[in-house]
Amino acid sequence: MAEDTGGFAIHPMDQFIVEPLFGGDTVHWYTPTNVTLWMALTVIVVAALLIAGMRGRAIVPSRIQSIAELAYGFVYKMIEDVAGRDGVKYFPYVMTLFMFIVVSNFLGLLPWAFTTTSHIAVTAVLALAVFVTVTALGFVLHGTRFLKLFWIEAAPLPLRPVLALIEVISYFVRPVSHSIRLAGNMMAGHAVIKVFAGFAGALGVASVLPIVAVVAVYGLEVMVAFIQAYVFTILTCVYLKDALHPAH
Amino acid sequence: MATEATGSAESAAGMPQLEFSTFPNQIFWLVITLVVIYFILSRIALPRIGAILAERRGTITNDLAAAEELKLQAAEAEKAYEKALADARAEASRIIEKSRAEIQADLDAAMERADAQIAEKSAESEKRIAEIRESAVQSVSEVARDTASEILARFDAKADAKTVDAAVDARLKEGGMA
Repeated sequence: MAEDTGGFAIHPMDQFIVEPLFGGDTVHWYTPTNVTLWMALTVIVVAALLIAGMRGRAIVPSRIQSIAELAYGFVYKMIEDVAGRDGVKYFPYVMTLFMFIVVSNFLGLLPWAFTTTSHIAVTAVLALAVFVTVTALGFVLHGTRFLKLFWIEAAPLPLRPVLALIEVISYFVRPVSHSIRLAGNMMAGHAVIKVFAGFAGALGVASVLPIVAVVAVYGLEVMVAFIQAYVFTILTCVYLKDALHPAH
Repeated sequence: MATEATGSAESAAGMPQLEFSTFPNQIFWLVITLVVIYFILSRIALPRIGAILAERRGTITNDLAAAEELKLQAAEAEKAYEKALADARAEASRIIEKSRAEIQADLDAAMERADAQIAEKSAESEKRIAEIRESAVQSVSEVARDTASEILARFDAKADAKTVDAAVDARLKEGGMA
């Protein structure tokens, strides 16, 4: 990308452009794009890990089976610990989110990859799905008693309306922070790597420094890729807990 | 559609994330992806993994129980072994004691027999020695009498047999041979 232009032209955001896969310029809602390609790869990797990896069904697991079981146990325990026993019903839903995000994040770290989770459109849909589901679940399970989530009875009575206002605002800010946190982390890291790579292309011999920086940031990004998937999932569990047990 | 056609060129400067024309496309494919992953997980992957984990837990519990059982058996076997060992020791010492007593009895009997034989032999020997001595004294007194009679005959002295016998006996007594 930036490397082959010869000059000091860095386009760190080019990697995020949504393009049609089979030529053409228009992106209709149904057009197969690089989004389609990388999401399909995500599905394939998830299936490969969780189905093909478990093919042996061994009591003593192979390496891939261990990874699949670790992922299962990781998310299962997270729901159990955060949302309680009755949250386990929603395990497939939370596991879907976790697997999609973590696999997309890691696939995005491959060279020339397109990171689907770096797009606010994707993360906003994920976060809104959680927000809408959790809110609906809260009202279905508890009716209007769900609103007690905002009415903090531990606080002195005069303070409660103020706190309720703050609680309501923070409740509605949740999907915003939930989605921007993930997309922002993914985008920033990838952009920084691309900027350093652009320096490496322009600096000649001294490009050792930016290459070292790219390696360092890449290591950081590997960590961030997992941590952001974890954060998204655990926040989902926390919101789920609010819906299941609205009383503080 | 004109804005979409120039979308790529524009976004080189701005943020492709805010290219709203691509949102329907991303959301459409995302929803499909999520639904597919959800069905893969809830229909195939998760029940399978859950079953394997449950099976492993069951196996581990069973194995632990079996190990506990075997441990008990081993303790029992050890106890039985200790008991058998103690019994064997007691039996061995009993046999040793018995053998020792038997041998002692045999030994005593043999000693007695040997003593008796020795006593018999020595009595016989003593008897024979006495006989030999007796016959020797007899011979000596005979020879002495004959010699005395011969000497007396050469000197032409007359002496009756009685006197000679008495003299020889007296001399022999003096010599301490009788």
